Amino acid sequence: MSTETMKKVYSIPESLRNRPHHYCPGCGHGIVLSIVGELVDELGVRDRAVGIAPVGCSVFLYEYYDFDCVQAAHGRAPAVATGLKRANPDLFVISYQGDGDLAAIGTAEIIHAANRSENFSTIFINNAIYGMTGGQMAPTTLLGQKSQTTPYGRNPNTDGFPVRVCELLNSLEGPYYLERVCVATPQDRVKAKKAIKKAFTYQLEGKGFSLVEVLSQCPTNWGMSVLDSVKWVKEVMAQTFPLGVFRDKGQQK
Amino acid sequence: MADKVGTVEFIIAGFGGQGVLFIGRALAFAGLARDVNVSFIPSYGPEMRGGTANCKVVVSDGEVGSPIVEEPDVLIAMNRPSLERFVNTVKPGGTVFVNSSLIENEVERGDIKAYRVPFNELAREAGAERVANLAALGAYVASQDFFTLEDMEGAVKEMVKGKRVELMEANLKALRAGYDFVRNLA
Amino acid sequence: MGKKILMKGNEALGEGAMRAGMRHYFGYPITPQSEVAAYLSKHLPKRGGVFLQAESEISAINMVYGAASAGRRVMTSSSSPGISLKMEGLSYLVGSELPCLIGNVMRGGPGLGNIAPAQADYFQAVKGGGHGDYHIIVLAPTTCQEMFDFAVMALNLADKYRNPVMILSDGALGQMMEPVVIPDEVPIEEYDKSWALTGAKDRPPNVVNSLFLDEKELEEHNIKLQEKFKRIEENEILYSEYRTEDAEYLFVAFGLVSRIVHSVVDLARAEGIKAGLLVPKMLWPFPKDRIAELAEQCRFLMSVEMNSGQMVEDVRLAVNGRRPVYFYGRMGGGVPAQRRVLEELKSHIEGGTK
Repeated sequence: MSTETMKKVYSIPESLRNRPHHYCPGCGHGIVLSIVGELVDELGVRDRAVGIAPVGCSVFLYEYYDFDCVQAAHGRAPAVATGLKRANPDLFVISYQGDGDLAAIGTAEIIHAANRSENFSTIFINNAIYGMTGGQMAPTTLLGQKSQTTPYGRNPNTDGFPVRVCELLNSLEGPYYLERVCVATPQDRVKAKKAIKKAFTYQLEGKGFSLVEVLSQCPTNWGMSVLDSVKWVKEVMAQTFPLGVFRDKGQQK
Repeated sequence: MADKVGTVEFIIAGFGGQGVLFIGRALAFAGLARDVNVSFIPSYGPEMRGGTANCKVVVSDGEVGSPIVEEPDVLIAMNRPSLERFVNTVKPGGTVFVNSSLIENEVERGDIKAYRVPFNELAREAGAERVANLAALGAYVASQDFFTLEDMEGAVKEMVKGKRVELMEANLKALRAGYDFVRNLA
Repeated sequence: MGKKILMKGNEALGEGAMRAGMRHYFGYPITPQSEVAAYLSKHLPKRGGVFLQAESEISAINMVYGAASAGRRVMTSSSSPGISLKMEGLSYLVGSELPCLIGNVMRGGPGLGNIAPAQADYFQAVKGGGHGDYHIIVLAPTTCQEMFDFAVMALNLADKYRNPVMILSDGALGQMMEPVVIPDEVPIEEYDKSWALTGAKDRPPNVVNSLFLDEKELEEHNIKLQEKFKRIEENEILYSEYRTEDAEYLFVAFGLVSRIVHSVVDLARAEGIKAGLLVPKMLWPFPKDRIAELAEQCRFLMSVEMNSGQMVEDVRLAVNGRRPVYFYGRMGGGVPAQRRVLEELKSHIEGGTK
């Protein structure tokens, strides 16, 4: 048992290519990427997995996953996932989206895919900012938070309020599993992996739509050190976006 | 019964709900069964929800050119606005069927043949006023020698198939009543 | 031999696609294409297929993108405003070289316009519409039978070239009924789909993608696409002719309008005017060589369309200044009347003799 654990910690998953990625130092994306790779290995689904690369910081996912991939237009990953899964239900479909992609331009797609309970897994990276385009306000930007397009801080009177995706989707009948986690500390990483594994397992069992929201630090665009950024996730961001399980139909029985 | 139809172009028009599209489709179905070429084009969209409705049908031994009938050989006018809108488009030598139950106007053109037939009354006597369209179809059949009453009965049965079976008897009765009315004029 | 049944053009489009192996349809309601979706929602599940009413046109085209990535024969359809919404997805489909069938049952525009038949989306269909340098194959049926036949052809061509194919129809063709012969079997052509996302089992991973951040790579990708478009232009052409052998005046018209002009040719001939008609049934690639050839024997050409003059530009390019090319069109749902087209023809004949 212990040797097996050692192996997992120190080797690159077969489902990931052995190459450097472009994420900034300290960014949460890299952590989630490795979790996905490990789980695809552990569940033995690499040879039927299809990853969806969104527009945003994770646009190059297909360069990192060592399994079949498709690039989606901005916000449309849930529609592409729906098409793939409906066309071939044997595929294991991992949709990965950031906050601008999922909660702004692609709001309609995620709500309706969840409402139809499409049988794929969504990993939703919430870092409260548009990272790739240089730090503009995201739908999940906190009140008062400064960004390139909210230089005086997000003002609810003109910019609206942060969108709570898990809570929003939890008002629908469709979703099977909704949980919000973070990857600020090693302990959080363990919990996040457990949640994503659950989402993946539910897909394999044909249960329907799952979404795991990951609060992710963005030290570059937040203008913080890595340590400050993980602290900010836990102490500030989690106030607006409380961690926890919102829906788990597998636990209701 | 003639075995060639030549080319006959129809405009069938009335209020939405008067079943004018049904007349057109019946002609198309009957034409298909008799192995001639047909096209049927309805007015569609908001037009068909409560307002006026019309359809254009072409029946031909040869290939159907334009399905958009501009100058019909046959006009069936189920209400007054339809008569007023289309009567001057009928080809010289053409035929118009006027629903005299709802239209008081006379057809003033001398170069076309006009039949005034009380479609609504005939339908009421057949069992349901809503089948006035079938009386109109019957009236047309009596005016020519390609389509037979049996052709139309076959088309109507094919189209109704399982739907509104309770109206079937009235449908067929009205079809015959329209047919007899025109035959008796002769 | 098959059977002959009375069908709406929209239904024939759906039936043809199903006969050609299309089992996945994604769409959003809009008039006047509604019967395509209504028909497929009834018949696809019975044939083991998927009908999904999407939350928007944008979602629908991206579902098409997903299903096409999986290597399936897939389709969406809409009418003009909805097709505009699909343009982003269309550009991605071409960029990622994904085959699919898109039906456009055109209505009057611009904006919300109306639901009457129109041909005002010609430019959008044949010149691009989405962003980037690209072409899609565009088929323009003239009868309900061709709605059926072209759906089969479209799905074969899409797979052959790994490119979307559009059927450009209009509200009248979609709504009208004509007898359609449905053969017992249609020719389904099989092409290599080893690029599809089926799971990386015993092969390296496949990637479906249109992102090439490196300029050189993107230029190479574009060159490859352009070579494909050139191949399509060399191999695919589709048109018909009517009384062109001795025609002195050549009409060019597509879709529904070609049938109106067909009747106009007969009217003109009855008056001793030697008119003829060329009907492009594929709008891209365009039958430019044949038009150029016919121009040699004609005094002038005249394009008749339900728009403000779109295809006429391609006719002029084909004729390349050798003969006058006139235009007559109606807009906003207006349909050209036979007598009016004939008058227009005569006015140019008279004008020319002055």
